[in-house]
Amino acid sequence: MRRKTWICAILAVFLCASGAVAGMLDTVKQRGVVVAGVSGKVPGFSVPDDKGVWRGLDVDFCRALAAAIFNDAEKVKFVPVTTKERFTALQTGEIDVLSRNTTWTFERDVQQGLDFAGILFFDGQGFMVNKKLGVNSAKQLDGASICIQTGTTTEKNVSDYFAANNMKFKPVVFESADESTVIYDSGRCDVYTTDTSGLAARRVTLSKPEDHIILPEVISKEPLGPAVRQGDNQWADIVRWTLFALINAEELGVTSKNVDEMLKSNNPEIKQLLGVEGNYGEQFGLTKDWAYRIVKQVGNYGEIFDRNVGPNTALKLNRGQNALWTRGGLIYAPPIR
Amino acid sequence: MSKRFPNPRLGPADEPRPSLPVRAVNNPRVRAVCIQVAVFAVLVFALAAAVFNTAHNLRKAGIASGFEFLGHVSGFDIGQSLIEYSRSSTYARVFVVGLLNTLLVSTVSIFFSTLIGFFLGILRLSPNWLLNRMALVYVEVVRNVPLLLQVFFWYIAILSPLPGPRQAIDFFGAVFLCNRGLIIPRPVLDEGSRWVILAVVVAVVGVVGLKIWGDRRQRLTGRRAPVLLLSLLLVAGLPMIAMVATGYPVRWELPNLKGFNFLGGITLQPEFTALVLALTLYTAGFIAENVRAGIQAVPTGQIEAARSLGFRPGKILRLVVIPQAMRVIIPPLTSQHLTLVKNSSLAVVIGYPDLMAVFAGTALNQTGQAVEIIAITMLVYLVISLVISAVMNVYDRKMAIRER
Amino acid sequence: MSYVKTVRTRDLPPPPTESGLIGWLRHNLFSSWLNTSMTFVGLAVLLWTLPPFLGWALFKANWLGDSQNACVQPMGNPDGACWVFIKVRFGMLMYGFYPEVDRWRIDYAFLLLAASAGPLLMAGLLSPKHRDERILMVVPSLAVPVILALHGAGPASLALAYLAAPTLLSRLGTRTGKLPPSTGFFGRASAIVAASILAYWAGVLAAQTLQTGLEGVIGLVAGFLVFLLPTLRRSSSAMWRLALLLTVYPCIAYAFFIGGGFGLRYVETDLWGGMFLTLVLAGVGITASFPIGVLLALGRRSNMPVIRALCIGFIELIRGVPLISVLFMVSVMLPLTLPEGTHINKLLRALVGVSLFYAAYMAEVVRGGLQAIPRGQYEAAEALGFRYWKSLRLVILPQALRLVIPGITNTVLGLAKDTTLVAVINLMDLLGILKSALADSNWLGFTKEAYVFAGLAFWVICFGISRTSMRLEKRLRYGNR
Repeated sequence: MRRKTWICAILAVFLCASGAVAGMLDTVKQRGVVVAGVSGKVPGFSVPDDKGVWRGLDVDFCRALAAAIFNDAEKVKFVPVTTKERFTALQTGEIDVLSRNTTWTFERDVQQGLDFAGILFFDGQGFMVNKKLGVNSAKQLDGASICIQTGTTTEKNVSDYFAANNMKFKPVVFESADESTVIYDSGRCDVYTTDTSGLAARRVTLSKPEDHIILPEVISKEPLGPAVRQGDNQWADIVRWTLFALINAEELGVTSKNVDEMLKSNNPEIKQLLGVEGNYGEQFGLTKDWAYRIVKQVGNYGEIFDRNVGPNTALKLNRGQNALWTRGGLIYAPPIR
Repeated sequence: MSKRFPNPRLGPADEPRPSLPVRAVNNPRVRAVCIQVAVFAVLVFALAAAVFNTAHNLRKAGIASGFEFLGHVSGFDIGQSLIEYSRSSTYARVFVVGLLNTLLVSTVSIFFSTLIGFFLGILRLSPNWLLNRMALVYVEVVRNVPLLLQVFFWYIAILSPLPGPRQAIDFFGAVFLCNRGLIIPRPVLDEGSRWVILAVVVAVVGVVGLKIWGDRRQRLTGRRAPVLLLSLLLVAGLPMIAMVATGYPVRWELPNLKGFNFLGGITLQPEFTALVLALTLYTAGFIAENVRAGIQAVPTGQIEAARSLGFRPGKILRLVVIPQAMRVIIPPLTSQHLTLVKNSSLAVVIGYPDLMAVFAGTALNQTGQAVEIIAITMLVYLVISLVISAVMNVYDRKMAIRER
Repeated sequence: MSYVKTVRTRDLPPPPTESGLIGWLRHNLFSSWLNTSMTFVGLAVLLWTLPPFLGWALFKANWLGDSQNACVQPMGNPDGACWVFIKVRFGMLMYGFYPEVDRWRIDYAFLLLAASAGPLLMAGLLSPKHRDERILMVVPSLAVPVILALHGAGPASLALAYLAAPTLLSRLGTRTGKLPPSTGFFGRASAIVAASILAYWAGVLAAQTLQTGLEGVIGLVAGFLVFLLPTLRRSSSAMWRLALLLTVYPCIAYAFFIGGGFGLRYVETDLWGGMFLTLVLAGVGITASFPIGVLLALGRRSNMPVIRALCIGFIELIRGVPLISVLFMVSVMLPLTLPEGTHINKLLRALVGVSLFYAAYMAEVVRGGLQAIPRGQYEAAEALGFRYWKSLRLVILPQALRLVIPGITNTVLGLAKDTTLVAVINLMDLLGILKSALADSNWLGFTKEAYVFAGLAFWVICFGISRTSMRLEKRLRYGNR
């Protein structure tokens, strides 16, 4: 009994020391900047260019968030986190939002205290091989050496797939994507495996990108999306609806170029999105024109996609699954009304 | 081992106190107790807080704590394993596989680095100007460049010139060299091979016995026995006889190219080779300096005395200089070996599946049990360090000057 | 008549095989069969390795241009190294993601360091005969105009104040700060500590009311000055320079690096990188691990069983595990042990990890020195009535530390090299930046150049440190000859 009292006392001291936990939005507003955990190593998703400016899909999502909150897309601090530390960083409050191509899984959502805001990118683990091997299906990879970048489930997925198809392989596992790519390029491995978006991103950093093909088999579902800490619904809502605003803007044809003209639009959906009608932003602690700011400063989902990973970038990814639902893809957002 | 000087300020406990009245603040014994209690209390409080915080955070994150995960199925494959391992093995087995790989790479590197280090250390003192300068340059370059860089360097340096497996360099159709590694035939042991292994053991024991007998005879009679010749005969002959007698029970499984890779045989992975090379060459630079310092610590009189007894230079080195230098060399040598074992954890950056890569890497990522896994990993390195220093201490005691 | 020679004939010259180049060759390279063959082996190794390397690195290398095209077929020579890659990325390699317009702040801080530490080092390296207090004045006074030309008036006046301070303070300190002797040691010590804490708060308050930003740094500087004035009474200007270097300089450097006051833009630590981060890690690691190491070594030799056990436990635990595991621990495990909602900056975590790790090694080196001091020295200090800390400061530590300079140097070198390991926890030190540069699709396949450059950079730093320490050791060995 007495011991329990002691424990409580000590705990209380430490909890007090950390201060009363305010709402995340207030904390962020007070700080004046959103702290976002990114990978920092994946071209097209989050990587600093040679001027040190962060570029990528994950990065632009965080900019949209900052635009919604501060009306300034540059008020984001990007913290590169490793595969190992990302969840700890989010749980301990070191970062406000984790936008580091993280897969939405049951365990993470339910057990690890994470809350996924939605799906920013539909991905799946795939294989890349050299054309010279004459392989056109993953089923022909028996006995291959496979370069793997360590991830939470990457190794396991490959093992499961090969076991299910009665094949053998030799894994070579690296801590970072840079090394695994350089080593794959040197011919140490026959196959390189990671998410297909990562494969595309990595292919451009090979010495002869045109010599390598990505095999059609996708061996896992990897829906990637931003995640926040569980327990603060307001903050989770803000992150979630920032994503939906990006998607809705594309669906309604609102782009960063025409957004000012669109303010005069007669379409009630556009009016509600841009805050001409209703006070949707104010309902979760932001301003009426929150979505206008996002689109104005960062663009809509399609613009972000094309700018970072689309056909005109080095990654040359097609929209595929990531096209809007109206165009046969999976990207869909609930309406703002 | 170490001689501890008493703290000059606090006298021995039984020192008679002066009869002057001493205030409690100025009483060293009271003060010492207070300080210790205070430090201890702070530490206990900090530890308790850390434990509670961790428990709280883990509970919130929904991460199970405890060591049950060691019994769960790992579900992933490992590139190199000294024991039976498959994706349906447990995390405990992952741990053992990683540990064995760490031990393998450490042992091999310790052996070669000591060898090369001694050689370089002697070269550093060679009268040949060119050689001792080259050794100096080598030592200064290797010791002043981070090991991490050297590991990368050797990995790239090994991989880039080697061809793919289909263009592998072929030695008599039995040994192959390519960027998948060096593939050598694997002995397959059939019925009766037990006798051959027994013969090898007997031969080794015989050689050791022969050496002891030869030494004793030399000490007693001054005559030297042809130990080397007899040993060679024993080692080569006995297993051979056993082979013939049991009808060649040992077959060699030749590697053959099938699909992407070689099947059969033993593969020496390039990651392993690169790590061994980097660790060996790096540590050899340090050992060379220890050896040089040890040899220079041997008094010149000893060498002159040996010379005046008519010893040849090689013999002086082997019989007079090295045994005396060893006493100086062993303590720093031990710490070099310890450092090497710890440095082997750099395997993680080039994908060699050591303890740090498979257990504190993949297993940690999959289970999320950071606290348990990092604690186990650190404990293992600690135990390895303690064992190595214990072994070297025993050897050190054996080599120490026996005071008369 | 006489057969006695009166004129002395000249000595015959030594045979050509014994003197000059040939003699030297004979003695040093071809003295025996074994030696001769070894020489040829050595020459063969040299011929096999050196010309291709030099050809690649120097003669066939590509220096001009600003894109990858400068190094490939039509324009450049693909057989040579592509130093253009390093040249284009040089800013990133040195400063990481630090904003380009603010990079002068880093240059300035390091220039100030060179101007204040350089002369101290020179004074330490010169023999007592040539040593002159004036060296401590000349170099700093040369530095001020340079800073004025490079960085403008504001920074230059700060540099002037900082560099002139030791001389002024050593004069000032002799007159002030003397407390009445009757207060006793404890009274004096507590008065000084209390005054410094007061000064700290006064500094913080002043900065807050003036709205300058950087309150903590200003408070710290005020606190340090108030602490040093009475403590360093009657000390030379060199002593003052050293004390300021260890207390005030880090504050100034930190203020310039991080900004957020006095018109300096705030630059968070996540943007720090490259060589700059490597130097910060190494510098802070060395300055923090040394005092902690000395304390641990003293604790290990203490008579108090609890303290001794704790110190031994800590030292042996840390020395038994690899740095990588300690870094993983501070990056993955440490955040979990903190109360919810609090977190420590990632760079700070790495600094704590590196410093504590090397403190354990430093402790063992210092312990070696403490054990080598003859017992008589301890007893003599005691007989003179010195207190524990006083005997340590005046008798034991100066001798012990002088003895273990080589050991300290080795630890420092180890630390400098091991800063590369922070790349494993995603900090962008020199190696981290290089690796991210290698992943740039505009620049592919320059792994060799990157590693050779990084290797060379570290080699220059480490070799410099080791040579300087050797000279320092030789200089300080007086009395022991």
